[in-house]
Amino acid sequence: MTYLDHAATTPMLPEAAATLTDALGRVGNASSLHTAGRRARRAIEESRETIAEAVGALPSEVVLATGGTEADNLAVKGLYWARRAADARRTRVVVSAAEHHAVLDAGEWLAEHEGAQLDVLPVDGHGRVDPEVLRAALAGHVDEVAVVSVMWANNEVGTVNDVRALAEVAHTFGVPFHTDAVQAVGAVPVDFAASGVDALSLTGHKLGGPVGAGALLLRRDAQCTPLLHGGGQERDVRSGTLDVPGTMSLATAVRAAVADVDRRTAMLTALRDDLVARVVAEVPDARLNGVPLDRPGERLPGNAHLSFPGCEGDSLLMLLDARGIECSTGSACTAGVARPSHVLLAMGLDEDLARGSLRFSLGHNSTPADVDAVVEAIGPVVERARRAGDALARS
Amino acid sequence: MLRYRHVLTCAERTVRVLAAMSGGVDSAVAAARLRDAGHDVTGVHLALAAKPATMREGARGCCSVEDSRDARRCADVLDIPFYVWDLAARFREDVVEPFVAEYAAGRTPNPCLRCNEKIKFSAVLERARALGFDAVGTGHYARLDRGVLRRAADPDKDQSYVLGVLRPDQLAGALFPLGDSPKSEVRAEAAARGLVVAEKPDSHDICFIPSGDTRGFLADRIEAAPGEMVDPAGEVVGAHRGVQDFTVGQRHGLGLRRPAPDGRPRYVLGLEPVSRTVRVGPVEELDVTGLTGSAPVWLVDPPREEMDCVVQVRAHGGIAPATVRVVGDVVEVALAEPLRGVAPGQAAVFYRPDVDGDVVLGSATIAATSR
Repeated sequence: MTYLDHAATTPMLPEAAATLTDALGRVGNASSLHTAGRRARRAIEESRETIAEAVGALPSEVVLATGGTEADNLAVKGLYWARRAADARRTRVVVSAAEHHAVLDAGEWLAEHEGAQLDVLPVDGHGRVDPEVLRAALAGHVDEVAVVSVMWANNEVGTVNDVRALAEVAHTFGVPFHTDAVQAVGAVPVDFAASGVDALSLTGHKLGGPVGAGALLLRRDAQCTPLLHGGGQERDVRSGTLDVPGTMSLATAVRAAVADVDRRTAMLTALRDDLVARVVAEVPDARLNGVPLDRPGERLPGNAHLSFPGCEGDSLLMLLDARGIECSTGSACTAGVARPSHVLLAMGLDEDLARGSLRFSLGHNSTPADVDAVVEAIGPVVERARRAGDALARS
Repeated sequence: MLRYRHVLTCAERTVRVLAAMSGGVDSAVAAARLRDAGHDVTGVHLALAAKPATMREGARGCCSVEDSRDARRCADVLDIPFYVWDLAARFREDVVEPFVAEYAAGRTPNPCLRCNEKIKFSAVLERARALGFDAVGTGHYARLDRGVLRRAADPDKDQSYVLGVLRPDQLAGALFPLGDSPKSEVRAEAAARGLVVAEKPDSHDICFIPSGDTRGFLADRIEAAPGEMVDPAGEVVGAHRGVQDFTVGQRHGLGLRRPAPDGRPRYVLGLEPVSRTVRVGPVEELDVTGLTGSAPVWLVDPPREEMDCVVQVRAHGGIAPATVRVVGDVVEVALAEPLRGVAPGQAAVFYRPDVDGDVVLGSATIAATSR
């Protein structure tokens, strides 16, 4: 099997898997007062410290959650509610057009049910948000915006935003800034304090940790209304009994992935550049989406996103799958029906080209053999997918 | 005498098969049997609704997200690859829009038949062939052996009528593994195989009208064209809001202002969209002894002389011995015994007139009827 869908989920790091399985046999509620509880609490707090240290945050800024979707919802809704409660004029939510649905749909929900106005920032042809575009949006509605959310790195095309500049603009207008860094942590350098953001989402399973463990990094001075009420865990922002094994495993994975970023970046960049160059050599009219490869640092090192004119993405996916190559057409949809990606459309691709796109995402255990497998398959697969597209048009 | 056109068949060799999986019990068992026969099977759910509902409503439809999940669940149990193909635009264009247009023109279309002809064994089959598949397998109840299409063994479930419109080249890429089985056996097999859809109710009616309210569906899409209801004496006996509300042979819902002079029930005899007239009358006037069919499709060499056959004029019932004659582009059918309620727009499917009467010879679309 050639697994090139690490942006969907990546295999657990062996040390994270070992931490998880070792911890699964333990008992203890971190809120309990007896010995087992103390032991659990210690494990949680040590994990929290590990995570904080790896991403440049304070331990008290780590709000443990189940993953990216929960962290994004907590940030967008929680910051909105709290800011609006402090100042009733602030009812606008500003997000970028390339956000994950966990942010976009949370914003839309606020617009539908909580009286918010959702402002969607355009992205450029590479999928980036220009800080000046954000400045103009905020300047047009001074004192009306409750929260801004712009992702650190895009899950489809791998574009890395200048989060620090964006956060600075938001703060100029007194608006809290959230970033979805689910694809960024462990893939590019992320320093919570240095970035200046107020809230940052991360999740375990994108960086070699378990599914179901993640965190919202939340500045100590950030006001955030909870989604979940109950036992008052996690600064009263996120109630619920803490997942000790998951948190320990998350911490192991975050520490290992972050410590390995430089080596991994070099390794993945080389593999990815090779993949893109050789795929384009096989299919000359294939086009790379997102930031050009000669601008490292602005693109996730493991991301190769390509459009194949005249092909349906789902035909390509199916034909590659039959050859043992696993990749993605974009973010998966519940019904499995391929809709053109909102990210690609926001970047200005036409619908046909957007439909004919594939994301290959490499990760920590990718090898040159994986690239070879794609290069060997892609020519015949594209040719066949084109014939299928023609056949459908003719029939 | 009746020579079947030569057709290559997929049934007796191992091929790559695309199994169309609706999320129902029949197509799931069909996929299972194809896999067990040694074929290389990939499951595909056809997404045909533009905005699928999240959950299925009652026993109708097969196009909700829940149905798609059921199909996926079955494919996972069978351990075959599974994909969803979005054919909503094609389905709208080739099935739903013609369905509406046919009603507006005073005819009674059969959308399942059109879907087989234009979607499953055209768009899907052609795409599948281009992707390297040899055939499309479905859960239809019909028997297909060496290009010979026959009625299913289970007469209650027989679907050869809605497949009778397929050309030989389309049937060459078709596999119907359920043709020999009664429905009860298929359900039992699904349960034995651990397929969660074993108890799922059969789908009824028209999949793109999950409410079952065809009139309401048409009313939203066809401008009202009110007119008169006229009896055989030429007398106006009622009014209507458009011919699309009626089907030849219909008795209920006519909304007539006064009873017939003889007190007997009246039926829809004919629809005339240009003059906006609905003709109504007594039941015996529904009897038809001849019909003309357009756009014939033949699985045998087109008959050069008169040919005896058995004709079926709707999906359930409406069967009579007949003589068929090809005249230019049309088929003239003389019925040996009258049939009641023959609606233009439906298909006339011709079967071989032997003891079983179960071999499909060809079909045509009913254009006109005569008494």
